[in-house]
Amino acid sequence: MKKILTSLALLGLVVAGTWMSSAGAIAAEEEHNAAAPTHFPINEPKEMSWSFAGPFGTYDKAQLQRGLKVYKEVCSACHSMNLVAFRTLEGLGYSEAQIKTLAAGYTIHDGPNDAGDMFDRPGKPSDHFPAPFPNEQAAASANGGAAPPDMSLLAKARGVERGFPRFIFDIFTQYAQGGPDYIHSLLTGYDQTPPAGMVIPEGTHYNPYFLSGVSLKMPKPLSDGQVTYDDGSPQTVDQYARDVSAFLMFAAEPHLEDRKKTGFRVMIFLLLFGALVYMTKRRVWADVAH
Amino acid sequence: MSEGHSTYTPKTGIERWFDARMPLPRLIYDSFVAYPVPRNLNYMWTFGGILSIMLVSQILTGIVLAMHYTSDTNLAFDSVEKIMRDVNSGWLLRYLHSNGASFFFVAVYIHIFRGLFYGSYKAPRELLWILGCIIYLLMMATGFMGYVLPWGQMSFWGATVITGFFSAIPLVGNWIQELLLGGFAVDNPTLNRFFALHYLLPFMIAGVVVLHIWALHVVGQSNPTGIEVKSKTDTVAFTPYATIKDAFGMIVFLFFFAYFVFYLPNYLGHPDNYTVANPLKTPAHIVPEWYFLPFYAILRAITFNIGPINSKLGGVLCMFGAIAMLFLVPWLDTSKVRSAVYRPWYKLFFWLFVADAILLGWLGSQPAEGAYVFMAQMATLFYFAFFLIVMPVLGLIETPRRLPNSITEAVLEKNKGGSGHPAGATAAPETKG
Repeated sequence: MKKILTSLALLGLVVAGTWMSSAGAIAAEEEHNAAAPTHFPINEPKEMSWSFAGPFGTYDKAQLQRGLKVYKEVCSACHSMNLVAFRTLEGLGYSEAQIKTLAAGYTIHDGPNDAGDMFDRPGKPSDHFPAPFPNEQAAASANGGAAPPDMSLLAKARGVERGFPRFIFDIFTQYAQGGPDYIHSLLTGYDQTPPAGMVIPEGTHYNPYFLSGVSLKMPKPLSDGQVTYDDGSPQTVDQYARDVSAFLMFAAEPHLEDRKKTGFRVMIFLLLFGALVYMTKRRVWADVAH
Repeated sequence: MSEGHSTYTPKTGIERWFDARMPLPRLIYDSFVAYPVPRNLNYMWTFGGILSIMLVSQILTGIVLAMHYTSDTNLAFDSVEKIMRDVNSGWLLRYLHSNGASFFFVAVYIHIFRGLFYGSYKAPRELLWILGCIIYLLMMATGFMGYVLPWGQMSFWGATVITGFFSAIPLVGNWIQELLLGGFAVDNPTLNRFFALHYLLPFMIAGVVVLHIWALHVVGQSNPTGIEVKSKTDTVAFTPYATIKDAFGMIVFLFFFAYFVFYLPNYLGHPDNYTVANPLKTPAHIVPEWYFLPFYAILRAITFNIGPINSKLGGVLCMFGAIAMLFLVPWLDTSKVRSAVYRPWYKLFFWLFVADAILLGWLGSQPAEGAYVFMAQMATLFYFAFFLIVMPVLGLIETPRRLPNSITEAVLEKNKGGSGHPAGATAAPETKG
């Protein structure tokens, strides 16, 4: 066993050494030209503290409710959330009656009815959030040529590469918040002055946190005081961004709490069962030198 | 190991009835109870059992997932999300299945490297080894096609890139590619045939696993010393000795597996695969699943033409050649000694090879530009040199350490060193681990 460990340690050293020297060589090769960066995002996302991080993480329901408010009042003007049904919002702490009321506030295009006509009706809890545009082409043409991405999975569909050696540490720290970190950083990353000489394409907005370029088509969506909170939380861009990022994590992974809770039970079971089996194994092998 | 005849004696009436008609209980008893295994197997030998339960787990979760999945390009992505959101415990099934594929490969890589370290491929186990290589190939095909099914961006573009390899083959390349795709580009026919094959291949794997275990039970397990079993004292019965040790190995493995399933279920995936496939939008970096990365790095390392072979065909040849090396290992290794324990130079090169494979994996995840390309070329060179130069030459020039006469002698010698075992333990100071 000791030999295996020593070998592994040596191996680790060799690999780490090769990596570091190569990473150094590559960094030296790159020209640092602030006006024409070649790797995006320019700034890495800021790591925030999230209530749903870690092995015992749970969603902060008040925060999710605020995030939903931000989505409804701001994001949903352009971004669909096709995969999320109103009934899913029970996870935000709403009662069945509250969800019925919330759903009824939406108009759903349905049909055809018995007469063969399409019709509008108030939403039901089983309906999904209606999309702001009738189809992707309409969404694209109204937004300068590119349709705003659907938000159902955004918190899992975005993530900045962590790089060596951080991706190793991430296993131990259970870092799985790359998506919400990215969304929060992007939303709070506007209003910065681009470096002198940088070319910002017409109709786009500089944001050093954007994943695939110096700027993006979406203008700064949030401003202080834009959404009214009734629980006394600060009505700032930073708070809005945190809340909507948390909400989008919920939208993408509604069973996260279930998963972590089940996981804890499974780990405890495997530990206890493993200990028993190990003791049995010791007993079985006690009379055999091996 | 098959030299001994069956020691099974049916005890009950039912057992006697079966034994006279179809001796299935006898087969099970002889294969999984009385079957003798070397007494000195370490935990590296538990991965065969671990792989079996991973295969069963993948098939079981996969069958239930298939009940809820729709293999239509317009519906596939949403049907997977429906599993994640609305199917009872669907998130668990799907995360078990997607992470299960990764951990299947973790286990198979440890299993393969164990074979390389202890020379498990040497006569008379060549066929056993080759059957293992075939399982590995089938696993790669299954894993690749499975990754296409959620119809995310990486599914689509990974499929486009990998099926594109085949077009590099002269004369028949385009025909093979179109046959794989069912058209000229990755589309609905591709998704449908990949789903059908993804469902079929695991059962073919199970079939080859049966052959693999059959071959194993004919020649018997190798062991850390690489010395063949010579007498009865060299072995213990499979049950309870190996079964309980395998069980413990499995639980430890499942612990790591569960850690990823429940706490880092998307760590081994790519965020882009949560965006529905879009044939008009190429992702910035197309990366295959992690378990293909070393081969992907080898493919991209060939950036130059060699005579009539252009760089694309050269890359494809090297990539398939890298896997083909494994099939040739039993004949490339010229050493008379099996185990690296007694081969100091081979042991060194073995660990360098492991480091090289990990380095290639990391390079496969990086963009193919600048210094990365050169590093990948060097790492590829070492990869092939290990098989084609180190293995044949080292076997001829290396002086191995003194081999013990038998497994029993090796075990007693080791325990004399004082590992805390009462059997034959004296108060000798601990000299080695």
